[in-house]
Amino acid sequence: MYYEVKKMTNKIVIAELTKGTVNASTAELVSAAQAMGGDVTVVVPCTDASTADSVANYDGVAKVIAVKSDVFAGNDSSGWASALDSATPTGTILFLATARSKDVASRLAARRGISVVQDVVSIDGNNLTSPIYSGKANQTVTVNGDAVVSVRANVFSSVGSGSSNDVSVVDASGDVKTAVQQVMERASARLDVSEANIIISGGRGMGSPANFTHLEAVADTIGAAVGASRAAVDTWDDIPHSMQVGQTGKTVNPNLYIAVGISGAIQHLAGMRSSKYIVAINKDADAPIFQHADYGIIATWEEALPVFQDALSNLLA
Amino acid sequence: MSTIVVLVKQVPDTNAKIAVQGGRVDLSTVKMEMSPYDGFAIETALRHKEATGGTVTALTVGAAGTEKILKDAKAMGVDNIVRVWDDAWSELDSNALQTVLKEAVESLGANTVYCGKSAADTGAGSTGPGLAERLGWANASNIIGAEFGESVTVSMQVEAGVANITVPLPAVISCDKGDIKPRKANVKGIMMAKKAQVEIMTANAPASTVVVANHSMPAAKPAGKTFEGGSSASQVVQLLRDEANVL
Repeated sequence: MYYEVKKMTNKIVIAELTKGTVNASTAELVSAAQAMGGDVTVVVPCTDASTADSVANYDGVAKVIAVKSDVFAGNDSSGWASALDSATPTGTILFLATARSKDVASRLAARRGISVVQDVVSIDGNNLTSPIYSGKANQTVTVNGDAVVSVRANVFSSVGSGSSNDVSVVDASGDVKTAVQQVMERASARLDVSEANIIISGGRGMGSPANFTHLEAVADTIGAAVGASRAAVDTWDDIPHSMQVGQTGKTVNPNLYIAVGISGAIQHLAGMRSSKYIVAINKDADAPIFQHADYGIIATWEEALPVFQDALSNLLA
Repeated sequence: MSTIVVLVKQVPDTNAKIAVQGGRVDLSTVKMEMSPYDGFAIETALRHKEATGGTVTALTVGAAGTEKILKDAKAMGVDNIVRVWDDAWSELDSNALQTVLKEAVESLGANTVYCGKSAADTGAGSTGPGLAERLGWANASNIIGAEFGESVTVSMQVEAGVANITVPLPAVISCDKGDIKPRKANVKGIMMAKKAQVEIMTANAPASTVVVANHSMPAAKPAGKTFEGGSSASQVVQLLRDEANVL
């Protein structure tokens, strides 16, 4: 038996901004930081310091810093990383593992000459575990010294609230390198698969892209996003790649994933197997998806979806 | 004239099953291939060159066994293929890898780097933005379309929808699957690739501070409940509320 002297470096949580407000998963980042040990500071990137009010009552936080900069209204990673770098203390830095934050995390780590560990789902001191091969296996790394870490949403519990932390405000400027020309707004109000708590996905078993309207109807009843398998995206031009869930699409971990007419290729399973609950609707009882489903319905989607839709409407009415 | 580098990485076939032996992933029987997103990066790089003139160099960091993917890149039409390695290296953490890439990209005199949005093994997506920061360059990630000139105008998904963004050069741009479909290698390309020489480079890597401790298989899920017939869907909805608590 030997005793290891562990240096408890500061842990800095970068609050996740979603459409200008603090994403509730930021409270999960605080418990992830606690699992690594050390004092926790929350840094809130914002254009208006009042944005930080929503984290001022978090438990287990030593300090809150609101970093005010125009760069946080945009998407330029260089601008974000340089503004954050100027106002963030040294230590190990935690981000939520979203597309934008993973990009900023990489730049911030590079700025500080340290390494970045992405998509962490389990923490034991300085041992961090992330899925590899889109979840076919897990990799645990040991981090020596400071690092930048991104943590998956919906994995860690949230810290409680009820404290009242002081918020200090720092003005920062950033080195923005790219320029937005125009943004074509998403036509539908429906969520993207990467940000939804419930996803309903269709595969080639849907028969035609037109039949995805049946999935959309269910999605609109329960506030879900609509996804698709690679087979569906590759077969039908009308199903865009932005909907693809799987190893060469998006990796998702919603509370509920409903797979309709999807057989469950390894590729697809890799992208959604960490969903909390999985429902599968498929007419083939031998489809591999059923081995991963919490609730399997062996039926054609034509039979099952209308019943599913009616039951949901009744339940939520 | 553009001097373009496209980063490529060898990963296990994404259709392969993965097994863990003695705390490490066992890839001895798994077919290795170029990470799928790298194909989009190569295609984007080739279109950039076709629009502005210049050269495209495909570069990988890896031992001799990774040269097949460089030949695959050559067959698609890149001009030069480079492998960066030092036999003293084993696993490079992101700090070490990006330091090596910065030195290699600078010594090739590149002003534009393309890569896949992430490699299909770690899925991390750290290399593009991290390399850009080390070079002091702009970056854009997960692009789904591009137009080429003095700068590169990319399209990418943002919170509100799809944005068109001007990326001044020099820059590192990572590519998602989008409007740009990778071309297939033709017979001439494949013949040329067979004869092509791989240029070997090395670079200085700092010691890695993030080291792999072990690999493990994800916990198996307990068996679920299966129902027959479409009418059971109402029962499942009730279970989602009462048992799973997700509705």
